[in-house]
Amino acid sequence: MNRIVVSLVAVLFGLLAGAVLMAVTGHNPITGYSYLFEGGLKNPERIGNTMATATPLVFSGLAVAFAFRTGLFNIGVAGQLLFGGFCASAVGLNWALPKPLLLIVMLIVGFLGGALWAIVPGLLKARFNVHEVVSSIMMNWVAYWTVYYAVPAYLKAQYSETESAQLPEAASLKVPFLTEMFDGSFINLGLFVAVIIVLVVGFIINRTTFGYELKAVGHNRSAAEYAGIAVNRSIVFSMAISGGLAGLGGVALYAGNASNIQIGVLPSQGFDGIAVALLGANTPIGVFLSAMFFGLLYSGRGFMNAMTEIPPEIADSIIAIIIYFAATSILIERLIRWFIRRRRANTKASTSQEGKVGM
Amino acid sequence: MDYVVEMLNIRKEFTGIVANDDITIRLKRGEIHALLGENGAGKSTLMSILFGMYQADRGSIKVNGKEVRISNPNVANQMGIGMVHQHFKLVEDFTVTENIIMGSEPRKWLGLVMDTRKAGKKIEELSKQYGLNVDPYAKIEDISVGMQQRVEILKMLYRKAEVLILDEPTGVLTPQEVQELGRIMKNLIKEGKSIILITHKLKEIKAFADRCTVIRRGKTIGTVDVATTSEGAMAEMMVGRQVSFKVEKTDSVPGDVVLQVKSLTVRNSKKSLALNDFSLEVRAGEIVGIAGVEGNGQSDLVEAITGLRKAESGSIDLNGQNITAKSIRERIESGIGHIPEDRQKRGLILDYTLAENMVLEVYHREPFSRKGVLKNSAIRQYANRIIDSFDVRSGEGAVSAARSLSGGNQQKAIIGREIERNPLLLIAVQPTRGLDVGSIEYIHKRLIEHRDNGKAVLLISLELDEIMNLSDRIAIVNQGELIGVVNASETNENEIGLMMAGVKREEGA
Repeated sequence: MNRIVVSLVAVLFGLLAGAVLMAVTGHNPITGYSYLFEGGLKNPERIGNTMATATPLVFSGLAVAFAFRTGLFNIGVAGQLLFGGFCASAVGLNWALPKPLLLIVMLIVGFLGGALWAIVPGLLKARFNVHEVVSSIMMNWVAYWTVYYAVPAYLKAQYSETESAQLPEAASLKVPFLTEMFDGSFINLGLFVAVIIVLVVGFIINRTTFGYELKAVGHNRSAAEYAGIAVNRSIVFSMAISGGLAGLGGVALYAGNASNIQIGVLPSQGFDGIAVALLGANTPIGVFLSAMFFGLLYSGRGFMNAMTEIPPEIADSIIAIIIYFAATSILIERLIRWFIRRRRANTKASTSQEGKVGM
Repeated sequence: MDYVVEMLNIRKEFTGIVANDDITIRLKRGEIHALLGENGAGKSTLMSILFGMYQADRGSIKVNGKEVRISNPNVANQMGIGMVHQHFKLVEDFTVTENIIMGSEPRKWLGLVMDTRKAGKKIEELSKQYGLNVDPYAKIEDISVGMQQRVEILKMLYRKAEVLILDEPTGVLTPQEVQELGRIMKNLIKEGKSIILITHKLKEIKAFADRCTVIRRGKTIGTVDVATTSEGAMAEMMVGRQVSFKVEKTDSVPGDVVLQVKSLTVRNSKKSLALNDFSLEVRAGEIVGIAGVEGNGQSDLVEAITGLRKAESGSIDLNGQNITAKSIRERIESGIGHIPEDRQKRGLILDYTLAENMVLEVYHREPFSRKGVLKNSAIRQYANRIIDSFDVRSGEGAVSAARSLSGGNQQKAIIGREIERNPLLLIAVQPTRGLDVGSIEYIHKRLIEHRDNGKAVLLISLELDEIMNLSDRIAIVNQGELIGVVNASETNENEIGLMMAGVKREEGA
């Protein structure tokens, strides 16, 4: 409850700061915001695009949040997402299966690819106590260069050296009924997968003995060891699942929102996942909502830019400021407490004065 | 009357709990005033209010007769109130001087360079004046805990504190260091300082304090003259009933061997020999105490038995089965209960609720979970049973965060959890460290009950009194070797003391 208030206040402050920025640069904040939100929500197509933009963020946010809840800081989500997406693309381009089956196989392979990329830092942490921040961020570059090499070598498009061939229709998460429902938006089945995964992760973290063990290791390794929990195994599992979630995000990104994979790009969704998790207070539902909000800002900023003179960087600044406030939540909590105390003091003062009048 | 500090009718409420309810304490100039109360009685809260860390909901504070508002610790410092916390707040790889001047560093050369020399001199003078005997240029990591505490005291004196609050200052000290601290406190008083001594050790109050204010469950019970009040009377005020200091127990009826340790050799984390060719037997229905000076292999023995540390050679049998190569969980399942030495590091997951902590070793079993899914109602029920039967006090019962409990209640929760599992062998390491007399009495009773139920208890404690009172047999360790095993009824403190120093029985006789 408390955390929801903090996140909402952070969002509010971010929007206010954005308004100040717009005003300072000589633009009308009200027009700016109305175009920003119209751009994300104006018609079914835009709503669809907003949700589709948010989908990979749901996965990357979940990946970060899951690791964080189990005491690990997975900063290699970008690499895991890229590699998971790459593996799924390889399957999608090479295997001829009926669409439902192919999509399921692609999701599984994407999950495994991401998991494989995260298991390496997990093992290093469990065995040699190598800090996962260092090793997972290095794995980002291993993924980057692996894809850089492998896509032109094995998945090359006919006329381009820098991207893979287009995925066939059977390997795309886009389905006609969704595209039609949202008037030609690039919304796709990834969103449904995301919703299911949010529920599954919430269940695992909060309701299962497995989640209990993982969290115990995250909070206090020594006590978990004392209780007979296999600490090292838990660390590896945590990282694997976190990476797998990121890998699913890769499938949603490259086989859903896009239809091929490009080289030389470390997907920014990976790093945005940290912000999404932070604003979502590391809870699955919170991650879902904050991803949607980020999706709204990302998809609305183009429209704002087209309709006004306001540079799209303003939207990025708003996101940055929101992250700042979410990260310094302790300040916001203090502010709220101070506010409550002052109000209480005021009412007390007024009642005691009334008392005196009564006397 | 000349009071330096008066706290009048203080009330402080936290969500769900009234920590202080109408407490009054008056500190005379130049006295040592003890503040006595059980764990969770509200001592720390009261002192935190005086030190400006919390604000009282009601009541007033007077310093030198004037009513004041202490909004934060800096204000308290300015008023000459200094606090030495239970856990020291020192930077390990700074020198004594650097630690003391931190935050108010004297400068020279346009304020660009720190003037450590001048500060060092002043600290040396202070140290001499109060007989503290502290080397201002020693690094914190190189000096003993007792010395570190004196650095904390020096820090207060350097900041011109007139009133010193010492929070449980003797918990971390050896008996010799406690004597030394007593002498230092007397010196401070002679120089006109006033001291509030927070403690629950009656012996120390008797030895050091002039007056004593007793609080119980957030209320002042009274202020007494220490010289004219007996320990028993103070204990009764604190707990609210008569307390027996002597443990009541019948003779043991030892049964089968439950734990058999055979020529066990263990290396510690620094790879040196912690336990060498160590053998020991614990039978059902007896309490075996391990006596020894800290760091002579006791923790390594416990870790080897529970599986937290690998044995180099030798064997450990539980109920006739060799468990030397078994995992920690398998050992727990085969009947080992362990009250760990460090309750916050090993014993509890502080961010989990009390209920979640109560099933730390059994969460994977029915009825607490089924097919990998936790059953919260069963967990809560089980936790409530432990909370009730071990009188664990907390703000919100089973759903309170373990972190929010006082140290004593955390300990009771752990002991409850371990005894509730009814293990064949209960290993209790320092089970009453830092607890008040009421809780100690209670925990001792439960340990003996466990013995009387025909279970084995292995007790490790640094308090010789505790070992002597509870154990049926006492094993003495020195530098990782077993010096000897004696029957508690046929020995005395003197003999055990000699053996703890490494003198074997035959040699002594």
